[in-house]
Amino acid sequence: MIAVDPLLEAGGWSSIWITLLKVVVAFGLLLVSVIAMVWFERKLHADFSNRLGPRVAGPFGTLQTIADGMKLIFKADLLPSKADKVVFRLAPFLSLVPAFLTFVVVPVGGDFTDGGSGVVKIAGNSTLLQVADPQIGILFVLAMSSVAVYGIMLAGWSSGSKYPLLGSVRASAQMVSYEAALGLSLLCVLLNSGNLSTNSIVASQSNWNWNLWATGIVPFVVFLLAATAEMNRPPFDLVEAEQELVGGFHTEYSSFRFAMFYLAEFMNVITVSAVIATLFLGGPIGPNFGTTGWLAQYVFPVLWFFLKVLGLMIMFVLFRTTLPRLRYDQLMDLGWKLMIPLSLGWFLLLVGFKIGDDRGWSPFAVGVVGLVGLAIGGGLLSIAIRTSQARSAEHKVGA
Amino acid sequence: MLAALSWVQALTFGLASLIVIMGGIGVVAFRNSVHNALSLVATLFGVAVLYVAQGAYFLAAIQVIVYAGAIVVLFLFVIMLLGVDKVESLAKERKTASLLIGSALGAGFAVMLLFAALAGAGRGAPTGAPSVTGVLDNTKDLNNIGEALFTKYVFAFELTSLLLTIAVVGAVVLSRKPSGDPIDLDEFPPVESGTADSEPQEVES
Repeated sequence: MIAVDPLLEAGGWSSIWITLLKVVVAFGLLLVSVIAMVWFERKLHADFSNRLGPRVAGPFGTLQTIADGMKLIFKADLLPSKADKVVFRLAPFLSLVPAFLTFVVVPVGGDFTDGGSGVVKIAGNSTLLQVADPQIGILFVLAMSSVAVYGIMLAGWSSGSKYPLLGSVRASAQMVSYEAALGLSLLCVLLNSGNLSTNSIVASQSNWNWNLWATGIVPFVVFLLAATAEMNRPPFDLVEAEQELVGGFHTEYSSFRFAMFYLAEFMNVITVSAVIATLFLGGPIGPNFGTTGWLAQYVFPVLWFFLKVLGLMIMFVLFRTTLPRLRYDQLMDLGWKLMIPLSLGWFLLLVGFKIGDDRGWSPFAVGVVGLVGLAIGGGLLSIAIRTSQARSAEHKVGA
Repeated sequence: MLAALSWVQALTFGLASLIVIMGGIGVVAFRNSVHNALSLVATLFGVAVLYVAQGAYFLAAIQVIVYAGAIVVLFLFVIMLLGVDKVESLAKERKTASLLIGSALGAGFAVMLLFAALAGAGRGAPTGAPSVTGVLDNTKDLNNIGEALFTKYVFAFELTSLLLTIAVVGAVVLSRKPSGDPIDLDEFPPVESGTADSEPQEVES
């Protein structure tokens, strides 16, 4: 048994072609949405900086991405003389493939109202509207984000050039640091759903019990920021800070290999938005206005899912257009000294509520005790940080 | 479907084992440290695939997240920062004695593994030890691991976390700057002429 998906338990040839169909649809959908996303981000970014943005290719410049892609395919594929040839060619794939694979665990539709399991029927076979629903579900997303680190890291190293190496060293440190905060805020969601499978995580949020407020707003904010850092998007884009590192890890890349990094970057925005929508915003859950059948299984859920993902994508573009880039020490301070302690403390508070619920303690008392404990811990931490800052200022060489 | 699964399983096992073995050979055979680290990643991935084939999904995910995603990344980080990624000539370091001792130890380990595998062959567990979490249930491996960790093996679990805490505290203590007066550039002892002996010499390896 590979998954909880009822389709694969039934077996037979129909399960194979339905799975193939889902893979093809998901692949096509992702590619088309990347094209749309690139146009949309460039247009919005241009509006914010009082420029016109893409406007020549196609109506409103919508075909600009395709034009850029064609141009990149036909350009010369340069290989730096000092590059490590095998790793240099491998790195773009290590970046692009995880970006694609992450999407397979995201449920895009299905009827989840009143504890529905999201099962739909395709040609008489029950199945879920996601490519795969492994038990490890959301851990698969984390595993893919771990693999994606290699793409960037090896791209920088194998170029045999200074700036890409600096970019990739920054990237690996940043991604490993923020993975901790990402995982800790994820724990709060898992505490609510009690299951790792993405389908169950969505099902546990039916009837407006979205994790966004069921876990308090804090894990959502931490996850959003950590995911932005994980994707190396502004304001955490020190990996490719143009003013310092030319182009960062992909400085030496050209032609289609560069296009793959570019594609992976924008695809990550879409998949991360989809994952956040699944974890915190109930994925395809939304009002279906009393309808049943295909309207309640396909049309409304897919529409709600699409709107949520679009909203998050707009948020990521707004981050880019409005926030200045962090300095490297600020980035590390934010990750290690604020987000990890905060998400850990919040997780302990939620665990306290959960145990209090089991034992019949008053939630009010649990909240007061928990918040006081968190405040004491936070105070101690800030004293420690201040002391260390004061000491390191004293010991500066030549001070 | 079950009959079809058996050859799929055999194929999966064969491919994954091939990746594991080739990766293992790569770790020791490549001259470039980054290639060594990448071979290690390949081995870890192969083992993760084997875990999936055995129905241990959680272990597979943790294998990829922790080992491939964090530990080897830190290896690579250190390799890149220290600049030991150049091709180094290891030939002159190879001594006959270390070669002999190494091969003897390796052969001994292989014989031990073989004995363990043969001893456990009839009992369904390849390591010879019965499964610590009881009968494997593919749908509940996470629950089984959680229950075993926090009930039966809770002491070992807590002890491990204490060990990790000690390691973290130790690392912080080691990396701290020694307290004392701030070092100013003019506090360095003046360099005298004719003290070539005190200059750092290249350490012969």
